[in-house]
Amino acid sequence: MSEPLVQVRGLTVSFMGGPSPIRAVNGVDLELRAGETYALLGESGSGKSVTLRALMRLNPEKKTRVEGSIRVDGQDVMALNRKQLQQFRGKTLSMVFQEPALALDPVYTLGQQIAEAVAIHEGVSHAEGRKRALELFERVRIPSPERRLDAYPHEMSGGMRQRAMIALALSCRPQVLLADEPTTALDATVQIQILLLLRELQRELGLAVIFVTHDIGVAVEVADRIAVMYAGRIVETGAVRDIIRNPSHPYTIGLLRSRAHGALQKGARLETIPGSPPDLANLPAGCPFAPRCRYAIDQCQTVTPEPVAVRDGQIVRCLRVGELEAV
Amino acid sequence: MSAAAPLDRGGPAQPLLTVRGLVKHFAVKGSLFGAKAMVRAVDGVDFEILKGETLGVVGESGCGKSTTARLLMHLIEPDAGTLIFDGETVGDGGLTMREFRRQVQMVFQDSYASLNPRLTVEASIAFGPQVHGVQARQAVDRAHGLLDRVGLDPSRFAGRYPHELSGGQRQRVNIARALALQPRLLILDEAVSALDKSVEAQVLNLLLDLKEEFGLTYLFISHDLNVVRFMSDRVAVMYLGKMAEIGPAGAVFDKAAHPYSAALTRSMPSMDPDHRTEEAPIAGDPPNPINPPTGCRFHTRCTFAESVCSTRVPALDPVGPEGGPSHLAACLMHEPGSGHSKAEAS
Ligand SMILES: Nc1ncnc2c1ncn2[C@@H]1O[C@H](COP(=O)(O)OP(=O)(O)OP(=O)(O)O)[C@@H](O)[C@H]1O
Ligand SMILES: Nc1ncnc2c1ncn2[C@@H]1O[C@H](COP(=O)(O)OP(=O)(O)O)[C@@H](O)[C@H]1O
Ligand code: SF4
Ligand code: SF4
Ligand SMILES: [Mg+2]
Ligand SMILES: [Mg+2]
Repeated sequence: MSEPLVQVRGLTVSFMGGPSPIRAVNGVDLELRAGETYALLGESGSGKSVTLRALMRLNPEKKTRVEGSIRVDGQDVMALNRKQLQQFRGKTLSMVFQEPALALDPVYTLGQQIAEAVAIHEGVSHAEGRKRALELFERVRIPSPERRLDAYPHEMSGGMRQRAMIALALSCRPQVLLADEPTTALDATVQIQILLLLRELQRELGLAVIFVTHDIGVAVEVADRIAVMYAGRIVETGAVRDIIRNPSHPYTIGLLRSRAHGALQKGARLETIPGSPPDLANLPAGCPFAPRCRYAIDQCQTVTPEPVAVRDGQIVRCLRVGELEAV
Repeated sequence: MSAAAPLDRGGPAQPLLTVRGLVKHFAVKGSLFGAKAMVRAVDGVDFEILKGETLGVVGESGCGKSTTARLLMHLIEPDAGTLIFDGETVGDGGLTMREFRRQVQMVFQDSYASLNPRLTVEASIAFGPQVHGVQARQAVDRAHGLLDRVGLDPSRFAGRYPHELSGGQRQRVNIARALALQPRLLILDEAVSALDKSVEAQVLNLLLDLKEEFGLTYLFISHDLNVVRFMSDRVAVMYLGKMAEIGPAGAVFDKAAHPYSAALTRSMPSMDPDHRTEEAPIAGDPPNPINPPTGCRFHTRCTFAESVCSTRVPALDPVGPEGGPSHLAACLMHEPGSGHSKAEAS
């Protein structure tokens, strides 16, 4: 097989400046091929956004310590200079956020913003850029696209703004789209429309997508593979089917079992994971899930679990993997 | 603490709260020449909350869920509407506002904003009862009892400040604080929405336990349809300031009578990798509540809409024997003689 489009090895990201460093990402390995959609699933603070931002070099450089290697489309991302980085962002890798306000400038119309991005990146005229913007608005199914190009971000509804942000992200024909909870702030009715749109764009443009979410249901709708993050590590990764049907890390198992769903008896209680996620400035030794894990043994307090393959393509970081069916 | 629990006046068949004709419009600056416009946030809403039940409320953002909750709490003044609490009209010489407020408490989404940052956890919980005349000593004892009850060891947590707690712990404190006045009705407005999934499950279980233990009634507002289904006995579906449907949770989720409820529930992610959603149940965003569509407000997005739908306002009526009298929907297809081709001739 060819080299993966995105290859991350041993990524660690710490934020300095506080009394002790905040260890947000603690050894993430990740591979993504062209046309593949990967969901990064985890609770708030598990390091999903920091990982995405590391891929784009968007974490504040001064106070951040980053280690490991990130290669995208053959380029060493850590080694890019300012100018290369500018080309890289948008053209190789592009990002959509939960909050369109982060990506959209409130004082320019959407048409101006997209035309500008295209003109700068591709060295074409503004008129040419505007033509492209119109195509993109049609592509992301914004009704009356011509008129909407002249709208300001605040004049659009939440769902339309999210479509416009996706259009902006696609304006320079990126190979990889990073999506950081782009539907979390939307209503269920609008969320499903955006998920279907992303799926369609991914298929038609052959994009590779990393989709960050805290909602397993959303991951199932968009992704081929799921990586479950906990305390800055990917604790389990595998094909969506395998993760849903045969979750193998105690945290993944717990997450799936604690989900409220229609088939539960009235008045029944949910299964829960006790406690709450660890303080990243004070990570425990050993397995970071140990304080909450019902399968923990003494060893878990001292030994950091290494990745183990449980079946083809499903990899788990747990010392007791394989034993658990028996527990 | 159960000794002081307020008396059930009207018996189990009497609804705990009856809401009639509730209306709230907000004046806002319209987009055209800065002219005044009206947001019809809540536009004539009727429902009942039965004793001991959890009534879930769902609907798209801006449909009026929080405004309804704040109107029930009297955090804002209604333009019109009557509240009847356990058989007694609220205000107007009936149940006093002060007494009503004690019996109805609310927990909000933002666990941080709802706690005073300068008060310890213990002081926050004891504050309400003291205002209502409970001795300081007793109020603190009650606070400790409640902390214990919501899963926070008083010896560790009583003296902490809000910023020294996690989101889940803060929300437990908010729940304890709401319970300190021994209310009968608890309004939970997105109370678990800001919590991590693993912590959310703990708090949902806690809410179920407390409800049993203290005989509480819940109004449970959430945008998470899975959670609403799990928590609720009945579910109310709102659309643009109006009630679209209200009925038993199972019926609303599996046999929705209103096309909007059906579309909403079918918008939930499938959770089945072999049967992913292939088509969005409804197109577009919810329309603006400033100038809501005429007739049935859903007609601009409804697949069953006919010309009558844009002129005639559907009534919230029982939807026939299948759902029983407790299942109501506001759709002309269910209204005999409405002129919709799917309605029975009357
Ligand atoms: N104080 C106010 N002034 C003007 N408009 C308001 C005010 N409060 C609410 N609204 C408007 O009333 C409508 C209903 O708002 P509400 O907060 O009840 O919605 P909601 O159903 O709770 O939505 P969400 O799911 O986003 O919480 C919205 O259009 C909102 O913008
Ligand atoms: N610029 C920053 N400075 C300090 N800490 C940060 C910064 N960005 C993120 N963090 C911390 O890193 C951790 C992981 O954050 P994040 O990746 O945003 O989580 P999530 O999985 O919710 O996206 C959190 O504890 C967060 O507070
Ligand atoms: S390594 Fe130990 S503590 Fe960690 S998940 Fe496995 S069993 Fe649990
Ligand atoms: S009244 Fe008409 S538009 Fe409204 S829900 Fe029923 S069929 Fe649809
Ligand atoms: Mg994030
Ligand atoms: Mg609200």
